[in-house]
Amino acid sequence: MKPIILQGHERSLTQIVFNSEGDLLFSASKDSVVNAWFTSNGERLGTFGGIKGDGGHNGTVWTVAVDSQTRFLITGAADNTMKLWEIATGKCLFTWDFLTAVKRVAWNEEDDTILSITEQRSGQPSIIRIYKINRDEPTMQTTTPITTMTLSGSKATVALWTPLSEYILTGHESGKVAKYDVKSGEEVNYVDDAHKGEITDIQSSPDGTYFITSSKDKTARIFDSETLEEMKVFPTETPLNSACIAPLRPYIILGGGQDAMSVTTTSQRAGKFESRFWHKLFEEEVGRVKGHFGPINTLAVHPQGKAYASGAEDGFVRVHWFDESYFRSRPFGDLEPEVEV
Amino acid sequence: MSEIEKIDGFTEEEQLDFEAELQEGYADIEDRYAVDTQQGFENVLVVDNIPVIDDSKKQKLIDRLRQLFAKAGAPIEEENISMPWDDKAATNKGFIFLTYPDAQQAENALRALDGSSFGKSTLYVNRFGDIERYANLPVGEGELPTGWREKSYVEKDHLRSWLGDNAGRDQYLTFRDTDVSIWWNGRNGNAEPVKVDGKPLKNSKWGELYLQWSPLGTYLTSLHRVGVALWSGPKLDGPIGVNVLRFTHPGVRLIQYSPCENYLVTWSEEPLDNFENHPNAALRETFGPEDEGNTFVVWDIKAQRVLRTFPPEKPVQGEDGPQQMPWPLFKWSPDDAYIAKVNVGSGIAVYELPGMGLLDKKSIKIEGVQNFEWCPMSDKDFAARKAGKGKECSFVFWTPEAQNQPARVSIMSIPSRNILRAKNLFNVTDCKFYWQSQGDFLCVKVDRHARKAKSKKATFCNLELFRVREKDYPVEVIEFKDYVPQFAWEPQGNRFAMVSSNDPNYGQGIPGVVIKYNIDFYQLDQKKGDFIPIKHLDGKIANTLVWSPRGRHIALATIGSSQKFDVEFWDLDFVVDERREASEPGANVTMLASGEHYGITDIAWDPSGRYLATSASAWRQTPEPGYCIWDFKGQQLVHQPQDRFKQFLWRNRPSTLLSKDQIKKVRKELKEYSRTFDEEDAAEENRGSAEKLAQRQRDISEWNAWRARNNKKIDERRAQLGKEKKVTVVNHQDDERVEEIVEELIDETEEVVVG
Repeated sequence: MKPIILQGHERSLTQIVFNSEGDLLFSASKDSVVNAWFTSNGERLGTFGGIKGDGGHNGTVWTVAVDSQTRFLITGAADNTMKLWEIATGKCLFTWDFLTAVKRVAWNEEDDTILSITEQRSGQPSIIRIYKINRDEPTMQTTTPITTMTLSGSKATVALWTPLSEYILTGHESGKVAKYDVKSGEEVNYVDDAHKGEITDIQSSPDGTYFITSSKDKTARIFDSETLEEMKVFPTETPLNSACIAPLRPYIILGGGQDAMSVTTTSQRAGKFESRFWHKLFEEEVGRVKGHFGPINTLAVHPQGKAYASGAEDGFVRVHWFDESYFRSRPFGDLEPEVEV
Repeated sequence: MSEIEKIDGFTEEEQLDFEAELQEGYADIEDRYAVDTQQGFENVLVVDNIPVIDDSKKQKLIDRLRQLFAKAGAPIEEENISMPWDDKAATNKGFIFLTYPDAQQAENALRALDGSSFGKSTLYVNRFGDIERYANLPVGEGELPTGWREKSYVEKDHLRSWLGDNAGRDQYLTFRDTDVSIWWNGRNGNAEPVKVDGKPLKNSKWGELYLQWSPLGTYLTSLHRVGVALWSGPKLDGPIGVNVLRFTHPGVRLIQYSPCENYLVTWSEEPLDNFENHPNAALRETFGPEDEGNTFVVWDIKAQRVLRTFPPEKPVQGEDGPQQMPWPLFKWSPDDAYIAKVNVGSGIAVYELPGMGLLDKKSIKIEGVQNFEWCPMSDKDFAARKAGKGKECSFVFWTPEAQNQPARVSIMSIPSRNILRAKNLFNVTDCKFYWQSQGDFLCVKVDRHARKAKSKKATFCNLELFRVREKDYPVEVIEFKDYVPQFAWEPQGNRFAMVSSNDPNYGQGIPGVVIKYNIDFYQLDQKKGDFIPIKHLDGKIANTLVWSPRGRHIALATIGSSQKFDVEFWDLDFVVDERREASEPGANVTMLASGEHYGITDIAWDPSGRYLATSASAWRQTPEPGYCIWDFKGQQLVHQPQDRFKQFLWRNRPSTLLSKDQIKKVRKELKEYSRTFDEEDAAEENRGSAEKLAQRQRDISEWNAWRARNNKKIDERRAQLGKEKKVTVVNHQDDERVEEIVEELIDETEEVVVG
C-alpha cells in the first residue's frame, strides 16, 4: 500500500474530505488555502484562495465540506468568515461574516442546506446556524439562518447531519454528544458523558444510521444516530483527533498522536502518529499504517471504501489506495457482518 | 481428716467436736486476725526464680544477690533478706523476700530488678501484695474474668489455595489507574481473570497507593494512607482479623516482609504522634506513648501487633537525584530469627525475634562498618536447622580504610559473633554484596580507585568471589579495568553474569547517547574449583540482567534508555552439540530471540521461569504505559498498552514441597505426564477459541439485527417524508480508468553544426 503524498500545504492540515465519487480530495489547512487533488495520482487540481485578493480566506481554514454533486464547496475559517466556492472554477461565490471563527461546516443529504458552528470566544457563545443554500443563483445567498441554536453549555466542536436532514448531531468540548432538531433548534437528546474529553471528530456511517466520534480521552466510540446509544468503544493509548468508518470492510480508522505541544524530540514512535485500523464489531485492533511525523489531525475515507487519506500536523496528506489483500484478508476468519456501502 | 486421726485417745464423739470446732470456730478467729496483705507490706518484694542451693552455698548466694542488687541501684542489707528454707530437702525454696525501708524504695527496686538475669536464670520480682492478690482472684481455673469478651473463632480461608490450580498456572496482578485485576496466566498468554463464585476478583480498596505480594505469595499487600492491609485466602478478602489483616500506620510509604512471612516492617515519613487521646481506637490501642516520634514499626503478622518501633533515620542522597530512604534498612535473617540494621560507622544492631530485644543486650560494635548482608539459606540448610544441627546464620559486612588499616570484608556468624572469614582490601571506594540464592557463593564487588588518586571516585572494579561452602572460604579475585554496574548469580546455580562498561560516556547522563556495555558469563570450574569466563558479549546495549528463577535462562534488557528498549532472551544450556560442550564451555550459550518493548521500565520472570513480563509503568514517565508477557523463548504472547498503567506483579510462590527424589521421578517420567497435559492443552485451546467464536458470532448477529431494525425505521420515515433514497451514482463494476501520459526524455544529444 504505497501512499501518494500530497505536498501542497505550508502548514498543518485541519480537515480533508473526499467528494462523493472519491476522485477528488479537498484539504483545508492552517495556511489559509484549500486544495483540491486528484486522488488517483496526487496531482493538484487547484487551490481555493491561493492568490491574495481573490476572495480567499485570511486565516486558518478550519473546515471544508463538499456537496454530493461536487459543484459547491463550503469552507469556514479563523478570519470569522464562511465561504461558498464553485469547484469547477475555484471562484468564491459568497461570504458570510461572523463575530468569531467558523469551526465546522456540513452539507445535508439534499445539498440544499448547510450547518455552521462558530467558535465561542470573547464573550460570544458558540452558535450553530442552519442556512438554506440557493443553488440556482449561488452568488445570491441569504445571510439570515433558518435556525439558530445558541449553546449555553459546553461549546460544540463538531457536527453532522442525520440521514433525513431532520436533525443534526453534535460533539462538544466537554465530551457530550447531542442531537438537535433542525426546525425547532431544540436539543432533543443528549449523552453528557459520552466521552471523558473533548470530542475532536464526528463522522457518519455510509448510510448515516450510526456515527463514530473520536476524542482527546483516547477513545473512539460508535453511537446509534437514532437513540445516541453507545454501540462500540475503541480504547487506544493516544489522544485521537479523527475517526472514520470504512465502507465495504468492517473496519474503522483512527488517527491522532501526542499533542504537537507535548511531542518531544525523541523517536517518531513516541508520538504514535499512526493510523490505526480496528475491527468495528469485535473492538480489536487489526493494523497500523505509519508515515506521518506529526499527529494525524484528520482522516477521510473514500466513499466506496477503496482508499483512505490522512492529513497531519506535519503538513502532508497521505492517500492510501487499499491493496487487493486488504479486501481479501479475513483476520477473524470467515465471520463477517453484512457489507455496508 | 488426717490431722484429726493423729490425735490419739479421744472418742469418736470428741473427735467430731474437734472437727466442728476446726471448721467453724477457727473461721471466726481467722477472720478477725486475718492479715490484710494489701496493706502494710508495700515495702516487701518477692524475688522468684533464684537458684536452688544447699546450706553450704547459702551465704555465697546471698552475697552475690546483694552485689547484683547494689549494681542495679537497689542495695539491701543482709538482715533485710529472708530466704525461706525447705528443711526436708535441705535447700532453699527458690524465692526470697526483700524488705526495703519504705514503699518508694521497694517500688524502685522492683523496676530495677525485675527481669534482670542472674547467671543463667532471669529473676522475677513482684510486690508481696500482688502475689496474694492474684492468687485470690475470684476467677477459677479455665474461667475468664468478667468483662472479657470472647471472640468467636472464625476459620481462616485457605491461605494457599491458589497453588492448587489444576493447570499449575501462576497468578499476576495488574494495576491500572485505580483498578486492580488479578489474572491466571494461562498457556500462550491466555489470561483469565481470577474468579470467585463466577465473579472476577475486584476490590476498589486495593488501588489506593501501591501493591505488593508477600515473599511466599500468601498475602496481597495494599498500602493505604492510614496503613497496610494484608489480603489472603481464595477471595483475597474476608473478615477483618482473619483473612484481612490491618496494620495501622499513618502515612506508611515502604514495607518489608520477613522472608518467612512472620513479620513486617513498615516505614512512614510522618513520625508517630502521641495517640493517647486520639479518636481512632485502632491508633490508641496500637501505639503507646513510648512510640511517639518513631517512624519504623516492626509487626508480628499473625498476632497482628506491634513488636517494636524505631526512631527515624536520615535518608541518604540517592544515586539518581533526590534523597531516598535506603530500603530495606532493616534486614531479616533468612530464617526470621533476627532482624538487623547497620548504624553506619559504629556497628550493627541485631535484634532477636519475636522479643525484639538486642542480641545479648548490645549491638555489635564494628568501627567504620558501612553495610552488611545476610547469607541466604538453602532448603538443605532449613532441613538441617529443623533437625537441630544446622549452621548458624551469618552475614557479611565491610569496613573502609582508616588510619593505616586496610579496608576489610568479614563474614560473621550470629548469634556467636565469630568472624568466619576476613579479607583485607585496598583503595576501596565502595563494596556491594551479592549472595548466591542458596548461600553457596558470595561475590563482593569492590569499586576501587587508583592508589594515589586525589578523588576517591571509583575507576575500576574487583570481584572477590567467596566459596562459602568450602573449608576456610577460599576467595578468588577477578579484576576489571571497567565499571561493573550489574552483577547477578544464577539462582541455585554456579554461574554468574555481569555487565561492564568502558564507554567514556558511562555515568555522564548525556541524553541521546546510547551506552555500550559488555556482558560476561562465568562458570565455576568443578575440577579446578575456580570461576572461568565462558562467554563474552561485546558492544551490547542491554544494561539489566534478569535470571530466570530456575536458572539457565537469562533476559538482557535495556531499561532506562530513551531510545532503546530491547529485550534479549538467552539460554545458557542450548545444546547443539554435546561433544562441543565438553571441550569448550560456553559453547551452548545462545541467544534465543530478541524483542522490543517500547517504553519498558520493569522486568520480571514468573515464579516458574516459563514467562517473562515486561511492563512500563506510568509512575516512571514512560511514553507508552502497559505490559507484555513473553515466553522464555522470547516469543511475545501478550502486548497490552494501557493508559495510566502502574504495576505488574507476579504472585510469588513458596518453595516446592516435593522432595529431591520426587522431583527426580517427575523428571524421569516427564513424557508420561506431558502426554496428558498436551491433551488438556489442546482441549483448552479448542474451548477458548470456540468461546471467542461464539462471542463474535453473537456480536455479528446483534449488529446485523440492529442494522436491519434501524434501516427499516429510516425507510419508513423516508416514505413518510416523501423523500427518495439517494442512490450512489458510481457503478462498482467499471471503475473509472485514469490514464496518464508520461513523457520521458530518454536521451539528448547536442550537436554543433558548423555551417
